[in-house]
Amino acid sequence: MDFNWTLFFEPTPYGDGIYLNWLWNGAVVTLSLAITSWVIAFVLGSIIGIMRTFKNKWLNTFAVAYIELFRNIPLLAQMFIWYMLMPEMLSGALKTWFIQDLDPNVHSFILAAIALGLFTSARIAEQVRTGIQTLPVGQKYAATALGLSKLQMYRYILLPNAYRKIVPTLTSEMTNIIKNSSVASTIGLIDLIGQIDRINESTNSIVEILCGVTLTFMLINYSVITIMRLVEKKTRLPNMMSGG
Amino acid sequence: MQLLEWIANIPTLINHHNELLLMGLWLTVKITFTAVVVGIIWGTVLALMRLSNIKLLNIFARGYVNLFRSIPLLLVLLWFYLALPQAIKYLFQLPPYADVRIASAMIAFALFEAAYYSEIIRAGINAVSKGQYHAAFALGMTKGQTMRLIILPQAFRAMIPLLLTQGIILFQDTSLVYVMSLIDLFGASVTQIGMAQGGTAKYSMIIFAAISYFVICFSASRLVNYLKKD
Repeated sequence: MDFNWTLFFEPTPYGDGIYLNWLWNGAVVTLSLAITSWVIAFVLGSIIGIMRTFKNKWLNTFAVAYIELFRNIPLLAQMFIWYMLMPEMLSGALKTWFIQDLDPNVHSFILAAIALGLFTSARIAEQVRTGIQTLPVGQKYAATALGLSKLQMYRYILLPNAYRKIVPTLTSEMTNIIKNSSVASTIGLIDLIGQIDRINESTNSIVEILCGVTLTFMLINYSVITIMRLVEKKTRLPNMMSGG
Repeated sequence: MQLLEWIANIPTLINHHNELLLMGLWLTVKITFTAVVVGIIWGTVLALMRLSNIKLLNIFARGYVNLFRSIPLLLVLLWFYLALPQAIKYLFQLPPYADVRIASAMIAFALFEAAYYSEIIRAGINAVSKGQYHAAFALGMTKGQTMRLIILPQAFRAMIPLLLTQGIILFQDTSLVYVMSLIDLFGASVTQIGMAQGGTAKYSMIIFAAISYFVICFSASRLVNYLKKD
């Protein structure tokens, strides 16, 4: 077998640059999807995680059900559910626009971001809950003794401490979400994984392409970990040497 | 509403195809089981390499774990679907038309999960108190005996819930063999029944697939929680 290792520097048949550009486009899609879903996951996960620490039985049960639901269904099945059922649930002009007029890549991107965001929000909710519940109980008492309302207690005392405590787990969730975003290629998104098929169609050299994509993922992962280390250092609580 | 109609259609669809679904479930279980068993064994070896004093083994184990933890499972599966079957066929002298997809899926999952298991096991070994080592050495045990008779049994007992939880995650991840067009529980319900039937069958079957995974994984994680309390 002879390999063509300069494949990524060869021009594409469509005249839009070299194959490295395609790889780059894939990486941009993967990263945008990861960031979009992470934002969704962070917002929803925080709300559900905070709900989980309330005494109110209904809110608590809802939060537990939410977490269990999204944790026990495979991501692939969740992607398919959003991809197949969501457009059917829309109606009227919105449905026609979403199914017919929207660029198929954007269409897949939106649905994948919802699916991945909700999937990850259940994990983040658990981390937010642990962050709040493992704070020394004295903080709660101190806040109550100072006459803070419940809202103020969460806003000024519990949440700032809890978030800084869970920064390391939140950052590892960022690397997870990048890896999980690859599942979006099954619903037609042309991300890094989606580019494999696309490049292979016109070059037919799968081993080189897989090597390129593997290296790209390792590079992304390494850069994210490096950036996150810096963030962790900046946000570390002063009284916790290990950073939680 | 449409949704209720789709859900109402599920029982007839599964009644007509229960054999196919059971075969799919059996494949899912087979892949999960091999991956858990091989993954734990290979993961233990990797963890011991990581903790050993021999530099070469140490570097190999670290590189292996970092490699598999930084790439998505889906990419590993694509390697084992698109590129490595040729190598496997060449190595084992199989004819070019042989179907090695199931074997390559099992190998892929085992190799991938081993990286995750080795991190759990390493943490477990490190959590055993240092006094246990001192006591074993004081009794005149060799390093191998200490590991085998004293440290590993204790580490594994403490790790069982974590290893099982990882197994549940793996059970969900096996649905990704969809990209190798293997017919597991997900493939059987969605591709083989849902898409093949046409019409609204695919909507019913994707809901059915989600419910089945939910029921299995939810009960399994309850069981693990119950075991943890004992």
